[in-house]
Order: sequence, then structure tokens, then C-alpha cells
Amino acid sequence: MASITIRDVYKSYAKMQVVHGVNLDITSGEFVVILGPSGCGKSTLLRMIAGLEEISGGTIAIDGAIVNRLEPRERGCAMVFQNYALYPHMSVAQNIGYSLKVAGVPTAERTQRIQAVARILELEQLLDRKPMALSGGQRQRVAMGRAMIREPKVFLFDEPLSNLDAKLRVQMRSEIRKLHRRLSATSVFVTHDQVEAMTLADRLVVMNGGRVEQVGTPSEIYSRPASRFVATFVGAPAMNMLEGEVTLDGLSLLGGSRRLAVSRAGLPVGTKVAVGIRPEAVRLVAPGTPGALNATVDLVEELGAGRVVYVDLDGAAFSVMTSEAVHPAPGSAVGLQFSEADLHFFSSETGSRLDVFKASVPVPAL
Amino acid sequence: MEKRVTFSRWSIGILFAVPQLILIFTFFYWPAGQAVYWSLTLQQPWGGGNIWVGLDNFRSILSNADYWNSITASLTFAAISTGLAMLIALVIATLTDRQLAGSRLYRVVLIWPYGIAAPALAMAFRFILAPEAGFMAVVNQVWPGFWDPGLDGTDAMASIIVAFSWKYVGYNFIFFLAALQAIPRSLIEAAAMDGSGVIRRFWDIQFPLITPTIFFLLVINITESFQDSFGIVDIMTSGGPANATNLMVYKIYSDGFKGLDYSGAAAQSIILMLLIIVLTIFQFRFIERRVHYR
Repeated sequence: MASITIRDVYKSYAKMQVVHGVNLDITSGEFVVILGPSGCGKSTLLRMIAGLEEISGGTIAIDGAIVNRLEPRERGCAMVFQNYALYPHMSVAQNIGYSLKVAGVPTAERTQRIQAVARILELEQLLDRKPMALSGGQRQRVAMGRAMIREPKVFLFDEPLSNLDAKLRVQMRSEIRKLHRRLSATSVFVTHDQVEAMTLADRLVVMNGGRVEQVGTPSEIYSRPASRFVATFVGAPAMNMLEGEVTLDGLSLLGGSRRLAVSRAGLPVGTKVAVGIRPEAVRLVAPGTPGALNATVDLVEELGAGRVVYVDLDGAAFSVMTSEAVHPAPGSAVGLQFSEADLHFFSSETGSRLDVFKASVPVPAL
Repeated sequence: MEKRVTFSRWSIGILFAVPQLILIFTFFYWPAGQAVYWSLTLQQPWGGGNIWVGLDNFRSILSNADYWNSITASLTFAAISTGLAMLIALVIATLTDRQLAGSRLYRVVLIWPYGIAAPALAMAFRFILAPEAGFMAVVNQVWPGFWDPGLDGTDAMASIIVAFSWKYVGYNFIFFLAALQAIPRSLIEAAAMDGSGVIRRFWDIQFPLITPTIFFLLVINITESFQDSFGIVDIMTSGGPANATNLMVYKIYSDGFKGLDYSGAAAQSIILMLLIIVLTIFQFRFIERRVHYR
């Protein structure tokens, strides 16, 4: 068990800087998920913690000791790779036991520990097989076993589930979660899959363009996104965004066709803002209901338990998630209703969250 | 399912294969057949046809001490030059694979020696390793009589081994580098995470995974050392001193075209051919089979 402290870490390749000054504190035993689109620097950050990538600037400390100059093996981390990276010429047992062999652990003890790990991961029947004779899920478990057997201070996961099919992914997800509860080792898990991130994380780190956008519990990230990027990246379908502008008496939306009466809270008139609302916070009502917005249905996506209704709101695309048994026909008119407490405001310029509007209840209908 | 083009009539397929078949027949089967025929006959001294002598040519060669000396020299040459060329190439390829400074340059420069004709490089090495001038002259100044390939058989053998290895280091390097680069980087990283150092990683991960390439190069290097050595021997030592570098392929030439013993030379070339065939079959059947992972 160990804490990880990341201070002003940046990474640049020849001319390009890919990670720009990341600060992050991971407490001992925590399960942290780094979430972001591909190319956001999340894997690079993980590999810098592991020691596989040189740190261009800043410091990374594990348990208070700065590890910048240490070789991967001296850092006490174990890593599960995206493509599993199993040694193809070794059996499952040899793969799992390789680190112990390198460390010079006697054969008897090694066998015993391999057995113990294999029992936890239900790999006992497969110990003599070569990796190429295993299925994707089994390979994944061997990769986990190889990381577990070292009893590392820190577990690092580099998109370990992205090569599995959907069903297996859900299963491995809960196995990883159970494993963490059992070992309670500090874990850093990198993924671009938000469902994986939300379900696994004690704390979620959302990254974009080499910067940390927000750090928080999954529910914090979902309910109070710190930036427009986080708001639209987390949650499926993505949060609806309406462009607006601060006016004397509130906000004008959709090029002036709608108004939102909120106090300006000191923002100069003409400031561009974005108003966000989650599809699941919008209710479908009969068209013409007082206080509701009128829109036209474009498309309905059936999800079984619910459906996503895509509507056209004065030319802007807008989605609504509903669990009610309504099936509006494409082209028909619907009313949209939502509570002002569910609105999120972001600066159009910087993308950061504007909480100044929050104080300005009540918000009458648009 | 494998997709393949099929021809409705077998004759069309044959037609496509004909150009290649003609080439192989003209330049391999026909001369090889001729060699077999000559090896079983004796040429008349002043022309006028061949006399059938059965296996007499083989009997006389195999009972000749000079020939056994030639076989020993060939095997020594093959073993040392192959080992040297492969070892040096493997070391350089491993370093290059680790992206040391200048690795791009090696990659280009190291293939060049393979493009040089054997006699040309032999001429260069004859000057480089000359005992009376250049670097080896300096060594001889310090240790008089240390180096003289013109008089000392071991020195002569060492010279041709150096020249041949120099040529094949580049060839082997390209194959080794390709094999090393084909190993997924994450395997090396996983081993690094497992606590394995650079040397240990090489022996535990990289070396086992490039064994198919090692065996391929072993076959190529040994067979080439039996054949491609001719130009080097001819220019550098002419088989001397005292037959110390009279490799099988050079002895075939000198017996046949200098000694005018066509029948004996033909018999020797049949033996050399059989040796190479057996070696190749052995290596592919019994060794290559055990080293596939994918």
C-alpha cells in the first residue's frame, strides 16, 4: 500500500508537449481511474508512474520518495497491459511466476505462490498452457495474476479491458473491483470507457489534451462537471449544450429565440455562455404544456429499459432520455420540461464552470 | 477459409509456371545432372568421350588425405565464421534495437558490406591484413613474426574468416534487427516491470523469441560459408599456405580447372551438394520445428 504524489509533471517528445503540468494526490489503497479520450496523455501519465516513460519535468513520489530516477523494478509497481503482454514462450505458471524467478525466490515457494494466485483467479487448470492456447478472458486473468503475485505497492492498469468483448468486460470489471477490495492495494486504472470509469473508481480523474480537467468521485463528476469538456464527455448520451449570451435581464439562448431569466451576477453583458442539461433530466410532456419548450422529434433510439429521443429545438440538436413508455413518431411535436436546478453553466470562452448563475433562482420557463 | 485462384484447366497453371521451371532446369537441374554424370565417369586425357568408372572417383577422393584436410578446413571455417558473424550481428542489432544514439546510421551502413562482391572485399582485406604494411605491420613491429598469413596456416585461416564474417555481419544484422523489432514492446516493458534487467530480459524474453531467426541465419550462414567463400579464398590465399585454406569449394575449382581433373572435381561437388542438402534438411526438420510460437 502506498500513496502516489504527482507534482507539476509534464512530458514532451522531441517538439511536442503531451502532458502539461499534472498535479494529483492518490491516497493509499485508493482506486483511481484516469478517464479521457484517446491522445489525452492518460496512458503517458500512467507509464511515467510505472517508469516506462521518462518524466520530462516535475516529480512523482511513491510513499513520499521521489521515483523519477528509479528503474521500473525499483518502484514497486505492477502493471496490466492493454494487450496483456504475456510471454508467448512461457506457460501460464511461468508467466505468473516470472517476477519471482527474477527475484530469486526458491522454486518451492514460487510454486506455492503461483498456486495461491491461480486459485484466486481460477486458473489452476490452465497453468501448463501457453498463452496462445487461452481465450481473451483467460489471458486477461493471467496478466492480472502476473501483477498480483508480486504483492506490489501499486497496481497500474493500462486499458486492460478494451480488448475483451462486451459481456466479458462487465464480468472482468466486477472481478477487478472485488480483487481491489480483497487486496486494497493502491490502483491506478486508465480507460476511455466512461462506464468502466464510473463503476470502478473511488475517485475519477478526467483528462483532456494533456491536462487534468477534474478530479472527484464519480457522482461529483457527473453532477457537478467542472468544465464543458467533462460535462459532455461523461454521461451517455452526452449532455445537451445550448449556446447563449448574457443580456441585461438574464440570458438569451439559441440566437435570441429563447430567454432565461437569471441574474447576471456581475458578468458583463455580451459574455458568451453555454447552458447544459443532461438528457435524463429532461421530461417529455404534451406539446403546448405551460412552461414547456416545444420541439420536433427527429429520431427515437430504443434501449429496452428506456429510449433516447432526439429532437430539434429551434435548429439545435437536443436529446432526451426517458424510461416512460412513450414512442413519439419522428416529425411529431413534443414539449420539453426540466427543473432549473438541473442546469449547468459554462463559459463559452474558457469552458470552465460558472456557478454564479446558481444563486439566481428562480428560473422561469425559457 | 483461404482464398485461392483456381484454374479450370491444369494446362494454364503449367503455362504460368513454365518460365520459372525453365530457369531452374537450365541453371540447376541440368548442370547438377551433368556433374553427377561426370562424377561417375573418367575424362579421356585428349578428349574422345568418357569412360564409365562407377564410384571410383569417390573412392579415390575419400581415400585422399588432402581431401579430408579440405573438409576439416571447411568445417572450421564454417563454424568460426558463422559464429563470429552471427554473434557480432546479434550484439549490434540488440544495441540498435535499444535505440542507442546513431542507430539510424548503423541500420543503413551495416547492410552495405553485403552488397560488395566477395573478390572485391577480399582484395581490400588483403591490403588491410598485409603483414608488411598497415596496421598488422605495426603489430609485427611489436611482436616480430606474430602475423604472416603467407607462411602461417592459422593466420591465413583467420584472414579469410575475418573477411567472410565482415561481409555477413551486415546481412545477419538486418534479420536480427527485424526479428527484435517484431517483438511487441510491451513484452519488454512487462519484463522490466517484473524486475528483469537489460541482460536478463535479453536472455529470458528476446533471445527465445528470435530463435526462429537464429536458426534461419544459421542455415544460411553455413551454406554460404561453403559457397560464397570461393572469391575470398581465391584472392586472399589461393588455398595456401600448404593447403591450410583449401576449402572444399576452392579445391573443386583448383582440382578441376587448374589440375584438369574434371571427374574428381565433379565428384567433390556432388559431395559438397549432398552435404549442404543434408545440413539444410536436418536444420529445418529437427530444429526449426521446435521454435515456433505463433
